[in-house]
Amino acid sequence: MGYGPGSALRPFPAPHLHEGPTTAGMMFSVVLCLLPAGIWGVLLFGQRALHVLLVSVGASLLTELAVSGLFLRRFTLADGSALLTGLLLGYSLPPAVPLFIPAAASFFAIAVIKQSFGGLGRNWLNPALGARVFVMFSWTGPMTRWQAPLAAADVLSGATPLGLAKEALSHPVPGLRGPIELLLAGLRPSGLRAGPLSDLLQRLGRLAPAGYGQMALGNVAGCIGEGSALLLALGSIYLFVKKIIAWEIPAAYLGSFGLLAWAFGGLPFGAGLFRGDAAFHLLAGGLALGALYMAADPVTSPLKRPGRLIFGLGCGALTFLLRTWGSQPEGVALAVVLMNMFVPLLNRIGGRPISREAEQ
Amino acid sequence: MRQARTFPRGGIVPPDRTALSAGIPIRNACVPAEVVIPVGRQPGQCLVRPGDTVSEGMAVGRAGGPDSISVHASIPGRVREVGERILADGSRSLAVVIDLQGEFTVSARARPPVEWETLSVPELRERIREHGVADLSAAQAGAGCLVVNGVEREPYISAGQRLMIEHAPELITGLQILRRILEPAEVVFGVEEGRCEALESLGRAAEAAALDCRIEPLQPRYPQGAERPLLEALLGRSRLRSKTAGTAVTDLASLYSIYEAVVLDKPLLERIVTVTGLAVRRPANLKVRLGTRVGNLFEECGGFSEPPARLLAGGPMMGSCQSGLEAPVTRELEGLVALSRSEIGRAAETPCIGCGRCASACPWGLMPGEIYKALEHRLFAEAEAAGLTECTECGCCAYVCPARIPLVAGMRQGKSRAPEG
Repeated sequence: MGYGPGSALRPFPAPHLHEGPTTAGMMFSVVLCLLPAGIWGVLLFGQRALHVLLVSVGASLLTELAVSGLFLRRFTLADGSALLTGLLLGYSLPPAVPLFIPAAASFFAIAVIKQSFGGLGRNWLNPALGARVFVMFSWTGPMTRWQAPLAAADVLSGATPLGLAKEALSHPVPGLRGPIELLLAGLRPSGLRAGPLSDLLQRLGRLAPAGYGQMALGNVAGCIGEGSALLLALGSIYLFVKKIIAWEIPAAYLGSFGLLAWAFGGLPFGAGLFRGDAAFHLLAGGLALGALYMAADPVTSPLKRPGRLIFGLGCGALTFLLRTWGSQPEGVALAVVLMNMFVPLLNRIGGRPISREAEQ
Repeated sequence: MRQARTFPRGGIVPPDRTALSAGIPIRNACVPAEVVIPVGRQPGQCLVRPGDTVSEGMAVGRAGGPDSISVHASIPGRVREVGERILADGSRSLAVVIDLQGEFTVSARARPPVEWETLSVPELRERIREHGVADLSAAQAGAGCLVVNGVEREPYISAGQRLMIEHAPELITGLQILRRILEPAEVVFGVEEGRCEALESLGRAAEAAALDCRIEPLQPRYPQGAERPLLEALLGRSRLRSKTAGTAVTDLASLYSIYEAVVLDKPLLERIVTVTGLAVRRPANLKVRLGTRVGNLFEECGGFSEPPARLLAGGPMMGSCQSGLEAPVTRELEGLVALSRSEIGRAAETPCIGCGRCASACPWGLMPGEIYKALEHRLFAEAEAAGLTECTECGCCAYVCPARIPLVAGMRQGKSRAPEG
């Protein structure tokens, strides 16, 4: 077409309308939906948790700025992905961890996992999860030193609910029928420290059976942002409604995991089939954070529905296996990282063009 | 009312901006001082030479070679030039330029309507062909189903809706003529639900003419105005697959032209064009002489209320971007859209994050993002295996893409480079 050099209008390709969020819009929406759980984590674990979050986010942004600026000569901070990675990474670290660990993890996430494969959209591994696995195996000691929430009883310090369960299985406790009893032992109201926060927690905790209520609120030892399954789930509702995260992966993940935990979770405690405590396992550890925010990362999950469902099923099954029979109490990060490897394969399933379907 | 139907997968629901122009009755545009009539490039297609005097409605060319349908002079006058012109879609074509002179012998003459029932089927076919509406010689009688596309092909456009509101009896007559020629077992008329005025006036006209046709409300989704999604919505996919069900599809503009050609004995000289968009001061539906410069139509709508971010021939989803205002109105042009900066939702392009929105929006079940990536790596065979050639460039994928990747432009480029077959 005759587009002269002086022409005011250049040939833009069709379509000329666009709608829905931009990439940056999606990233910042996820960040916003994550914020309540993070603020809650800082309230529960104190200033130290805030420092960990600030270091992991700061290091992530700096690494992104340095690497993509130096090697690609592009400014990519505005797409929001580095901020999200830093935040997710901080959420999945224990509050008492030495500050060099979030810094090293962020550097590894951005420089190695993401940018070395070509930056946003090219990495095969979720940066935050991959970096968590990296620091977990590099500095296992500090990564498994837990701090009880400020308002919780002293009894609990030093062990997460999943850690307690694992410990109980290696040194059998007579008469123990399920993991929640271990937690309840440390959650007597008299054991709570006095203060406005513990008052609030007690009042909220009464809405659900003892133990489960505290776990849903995150008032147990654990990582900074993974504690409150309730706040994480509330945040994700917006993301589901706006279709920013695909429902298939969290649904298949939580569904298959819950089912397995119910069917076989009782076996190690000698309770028999279909006696497992699914609610305990769904609320414990990083499952909510992993299933809702990390497994559903669009870059590292399959494109089409059948693949997404299988991906979620695989995550759920692996998490259950790793938690029940693995050497570590927690299995979410490894399970998702393992399933990330199968994404190219899963993308081959389903989704034939309509015309080919007609030929069948 | 029945549950409104729609096609089974993909598609988008763009903002309904037909309201800008849908309430405004069709009015005649000013007769232009010159028209540009494209006649195609092959020898034998052009029937006049510079200096010739042409009367209104005289055949000046044959669009597809010597035996095909005629192209007519939309105004009387003198042929000033026969030369190459760039059309609105960016293609080049030989065109006849006519300066206005003399009298309007077709439009000014009041003629009694032809009793079309008395004409034989070959006579009907010949009139429709000679008056430049359509070549029905390939269409066999006895089609299983005649489908009328009463859905606008593009968002924003309201030309078809206005035709249904103001000229429903004429449309129904056109449909009766076509029905006599094709003898279909069934006639289905698809109209978007919510177009109450149009549905009502169509229903009344069909009843008055005692025409046995099913008026089917459809959900407002794009690209339902395209042939395949329309048929999927109206007939269902299982019926489409069976090879026995021969279907013929026609649209509102064709029905109206058939009416004019047969009943009024008038060639195709005008069409209805919607001029709209937030950057147009007074959006309108104009009855325009073919060959009118598009700039004239924008002027007639009060010009621009702000500098337009895009000037489009066609609609906002598949229309082509214009650099100037010189292109002539052709028979396919249904709308002219001037989009304001606020409408286009432009953002910086980022890498693909694999969200899969393009795949869920594609009405053909393709994975546009994957095809685009294959093309980026020049893997044409892989792109074709993934369905590149099935893409109709409807634009749904790029419309929803959060990374604002120019998927359609990539597909188009890929198709032109990919080996045939």
